[in-house]
This record gives sequence, C-alpha cells and structure tokens, in this order.
Amino acid sequence: MQLIECPWCGPREEVEFSYGGQAHVPYPDDPGGLSDEEWAHYVFFRDNTKGRFAERWNHSIGCRRWFNAIRDTATYRFERVYRLDDPKPVTP
Amino acid sequence: MAELLRTHPLEAWTTAFERLPDTVGIAVEPFVAMADVRLGTVDSEAGTRLGVDLPTEANTWVPAEAGRAVWLGPDEWLLSSTTEAPEELEARVRAAVLPLGGSATDVSAQRIGLRLTGARVRDVLAKGCSVDLHPRVFGRGSSAQTTLGQAGVVLLSLSDTGEDHVVLVRSSFAGYLADWLLDAALEFTHTPTR
Repeated sequence: MQLIECPWCGPREEVEFSYGGQAHVPYPDDPGGLSDEEWAHYVFFRDNTKGRFAERWNHSIGCRRWFNAIRDTATYRFERVYRLDDPKPVTP
Repeated sequence: MAELLRTHPLEAWTTAFERLPDTVGIAVEPFVAMADVRLGTVDSEAGTRLGVDLPTEANTWVPAEAGRAVWLGPDEWLLSSTTEAPEELEARVRAAVLPLGGSATDVSAQRIGLRLTGARVRDVLAKGCSVDLHPRVFGRGSSAQTTLGQAGVVLLSLSDTGEDHVVLVRSSFAGYLADWLLDAALEFTHTPTR
C-alpha cells in the first residue's frame, strides 16, 4: 500500500486519508454578483488534469487536518505535500 | 427497572488475554478520565494553568500529574487522569483553557486502553500498522494516531526498548481489535515441542 506523507504526522497508510478535490479554487470576490451559470462553474466545474494536479487531502484517521498535495494523476505518485497556508509549490 | 451494571467492553476477552505468554502480554487498562483539549497557542501560561506542558511536537506524549497528555493535532490534545472523575477533569481543564480561548470536552467514554508488553509485541503490532515501531524511532514518549488492522487507534510507546505499548481504541472497536490482536499473536503463543 502507498504511504502518504501527512505534513503533521509523517508517512501513513493511504487508507487513513480522504480526498478533497481540486485545491486553490478561489471563493468568488463578489458572490452576489454571479450569475447562475458562473455559480455552477465555481461549485461544480473542476480541472481534469492528466499529470501533476494540486489537490486537497484530509488525514481523517489521524490528526484530521486538511492539507494540499501535488499528485500525478497518471502515476498516482505524490510529488509534494504542503500545509494549507503554504503557497502552491512551483514544480518543474 | 433493571439495574444497569457498568461493564467493560472487553470483559469477555479477559480469560483469553490471561492465557497469553509474557512475550505477547495483553492487559486491559482500567477506566481513566479523558478530556479532549483544543487550544490555539501553547505558552508557559497554559502549562501553569493546566499543570502540564502540552507537547507541541507531533507524535509525542508526556506524562501529566496523574495521567498523560497526548498530541492529537497542532491544536488538539488528549488529557487523561487516573485520579479524577471525568466531570472533575473536564471542569478543571475547561476552567484552565477557557480564558486562553481554548475548549475541553469529556471523552472518557470514547476510548479504552490496552497495555501490550513483551519482546514480540512489536512484531504483533507490525502486522497491522505501517508506522516504524523500532525503539530508535518510536521510543518512550512517542505516539501515533494510525490504523491497527481496520481500527483507528492511538498508539503510545512507554519504553525505550519497544516492549511496552498502550493502544487506545474506541470502545465499539475494542472487541474487533481484541480478536485481531489475539489472531496476530497466535504464532508467538505456541512453544514448539520436539
């Protein structure tokens, strides 16, 4: 089984984590001014990247903290994990 | 009305635990009071008010006055006490952290403790847990929240030899974990005869 490195606890088994979708989706600056279609894009529309993808993960059977990870969606390899208040790392 | 008796979730397993050899000893820990503490910043004032310096390093625990303080997260700890009643512990801890913006909740009924002692205990745990349990890495004062088999547990190391551990498991998972531990310990329970 793959080990995922929790930024707080260290490497733990994959089953301890739950997936939280795409990271860095900004909340709209002016929510009241959005049309229904724009709302739908904010709420439901996500990138479907093949390759490196910034995602949110939760260490649910551990410290229960959210963190972000750069994962390759083709190989399932975790390239980087970082805390929510860290900037998105620049990957080569 | 029927009288409600206080029973331990692992009462039915006591005999099986007693039959185990010393190399894979499993003993049920007595009930203790536990409180879950949430606190943003840990400083010396928090330590003075609580009577214990909460560990700020991940995956550690420290002995408290009559119990333990276990790191559960960057702003979360589990405090236990063997001398106080659950309500007393909750009230004392809450009074200590409330002025600092923290909170405390009684979680005594959530988990029960199992004491695992013996030379082969590490081998038993390793069958269902990916954490490196070698005493060089996981010596006295180390803790881990992880899965053991299919159950979420808090694992504490009590010795630098890796032969003394405490497993805190949710009461409803205790029976499953007890069965799992007995099964995992099976290969160390028979003395070969020639």
